[in-house]
Amino acid sequence: MRARAHGAEAASHRSRGMTVAGYVGMVLVLLLVGVPLFWIVITSLKERGDIYVQPAQWLPDPATTANYHDVTTRIPFLDYFRNSVIITLVLSASKIVLGVISAYALSLLRFPGRGVVFLVVIAALMVPNQITVISNYALVAQLGWRNTFQGIIVPLAGVAFGTFLMRNQFLSLPGEIIEAARLDGAGPIKLLWRVVLPMSWPTLVAFSLITVVNEWNEYLWPFLMSDDQRTAPLPVGLTLLQNNDGVTNWGPVMAGTVLAMLPVLVLFLVLQRQMIKGLTAGAVKS
Amino acid sequence: MATVYFDAATRRYAKDASPAVDAVTLDIEDGEFLVLVGPSGCGKSTTLRMLAGLEPVDDGRILVDGHDQQGVRPRDRDIAMVFQSYALYPNMTAAQNMAFALDNSGVSKAETKTRVQEAARILEMEDLLHRKPGQLSGGQRQRVAMGRAIVRQPKVFCMDEPLSNLDAKLRVSTRSQIAGLQRRLGVTTVYVTHDQVEAMTMGHRVAVLRDGRLQQVDAPEVLYDKPVNTFVASFIGSPAITLVEAPVREGRAEVHGVPVALDRSVASAAGDRVVVGLRPEAWRIAGADDPGALELTVELVEALGSESFVYGRRPSTDGTEGERVTIKTEKRAGVEVGDVVRVRPLEAEAHVFDAESGERLGA
Repeated sequence: MRARAHGAEAASHRSRGMTVAGYVGMVLVLLLVGVPLFWIVITSLKERGDIYVQPAQWLPDPATTANYHDVTTRIPFLDYFRNSVIITLVLSASKIVLGVISAYALSLLRFPGRGVVFLVVIAALMVPNQITVISNYALVAQLGWRNTFQGIIVPLAGVAFGTFLMRNQFLSLPGEIIEAARLDGAGPIKLLWRVVLPMSWPTLVAFSLITVVNEWNEYLWPFLMSDDQRTAPLPVGLTLLQNNDGVTNWGPVMAGTVLAMLPVLVLFLVLQRQMIKGLTAGAVKS
Repeated sequence: MATVYFDAATRRYAKDASPAVDAVTLDIEDGEFLVLVGPSGCGKSTTLRMLAGLEPVDDGRILVDGHDQQGVRPRDRDIAMVFQSYALYPNMTAAQNMAFALDNSGVSKAETKTRVQEAARILEMEDLLHRKPGQLSGGQRQRVAMGRAIVRQPKVFCMDEPLSNLDAKLRVSTRSQIAGLQRRLGVTTVYVTHDQVEAMTMGHRVAVLRDGRLQQVDAPEVLYDKPVNTFVASFIGSPAITLVEAPVREGRAEVHGVPVALDRSVASAAGDRVVVGLRPEAWRIAGADDPGALELTVELVEALGSESFVYGRRPSTDGTEGERVTIKTEKRAGVEVGDVVRVRPLEAEAHVFDAESGERLGA
């Protein structure tokens, strides 16, 4: 009896210890993520002279919105913003459509060589972007696609990640439901649209959100492809801003960063509930 | 409505493996309710899935209404299936689940609605139509799955253990509902189960499968009264038949030392050993004055209310345990565990099988 009470006490100690450790971990992560964000926001509200002071100034004094004015007037901010929207929309749409369709083929259709195709897709996922940059650049430049949207979009439209994620999601669906739909006379498109996708909705939302955020933040390739505001997206625009002003004037750069973050932040807040559901739904079959 | 004919239909999952379904030949009449039964892994579900087009037929063919189904897609076969897991579409309401197939085949909205309402009325689930599967109980889901098959008015119903996820009481009531419904609709039905009570009570005929091979297809009572081999004899009937290997002497089989006279035709076909099968009701309690009776020590008594089953063993003479014998007794036979009862087999009820092949001897 005493041994059991002792055991329970130990367990409660352990669980309290785990709780504390958990909170400490959370606080650390929060600081790690939050401090830079906080610093970006306050820097964007500081006057130029207040940015480099020792000791660090944690609240802007006086606060100013001049940097926001600067960033929207000194560079063609709206052009960059428009480019970002175009690139993100087209790329996300094509990645989502291609991902879903290829995953459908690799999970629900039977054809010879299916396993090999999937292996190739996985292999493609293993190759980092940076490695293919040089050959892609040579090819796209040769086509005369520099400073064009297709030059930015086409080489980025491959979707190993989406194919992989959605294929595994589709495979986790109960086979009998797919068979029932086939017996019920559903063709491939109906099967996908009315049966498979509604059951995979949370995973699809998570995949879409990840894709949109990735495309919005895409930097290296658009940077290589664009010279100016004709096609460059926001992250590249911000670099150009920094280059124009030299490395000391961080105020407008931070203001631009804040503005660039806002759309993604809003999207995340709108979809976060479904995204969190999606991340677990993808991992654990209900 | 249609006839179904399995013509030596065979399914092999791997080239060198033994077939999961081995040259099954089965003739199912229009409007018949055929039950496929057998232990797990015997190929009964595979047989059903071959008919539905969900599994290929590697050898032989399957005809529906005389038409070879080779290469016909599942959606074009006009066969409705009820799955063990029900396989309802979780994102659709019960009504949408039932209407899905009709939408796909281009049936008008009005007609679809009428058919769904009619099916809901038959299955007594009109007030559940707007609910999604997640909000339904197991029994209700089962009815939606049935409804989904009914609204299609298909040529053939395929049912793959549709009752195995229900609790015992619901299973009994649903069993009779399905059988009644099938009679009313008159749609050819192939029903898979591993439960021999379902098999015996629901179908016009029962097909017993073992290791992918068809053992016997007959009406339930024929299956019970004249099993073609020891496998069918032991699979059908609960509690199971008692099978005793017995030496044959002078036209009599000696069942645990008790002589059982064999039919002349049986005796002539028998070697020097046979297997005698005696169902629980094929024994009677013998009086104390019957010198040739078999003495059994009672190990277990199952009192079911209207009757009791007594499980006993012959007291061992040489230290080894004798085989178990199951006997059906009256409600109040007063037999208890540890008693010694004296029983005698009813000769007319004895099934005799070849000791080597297990095949039935005589008619």
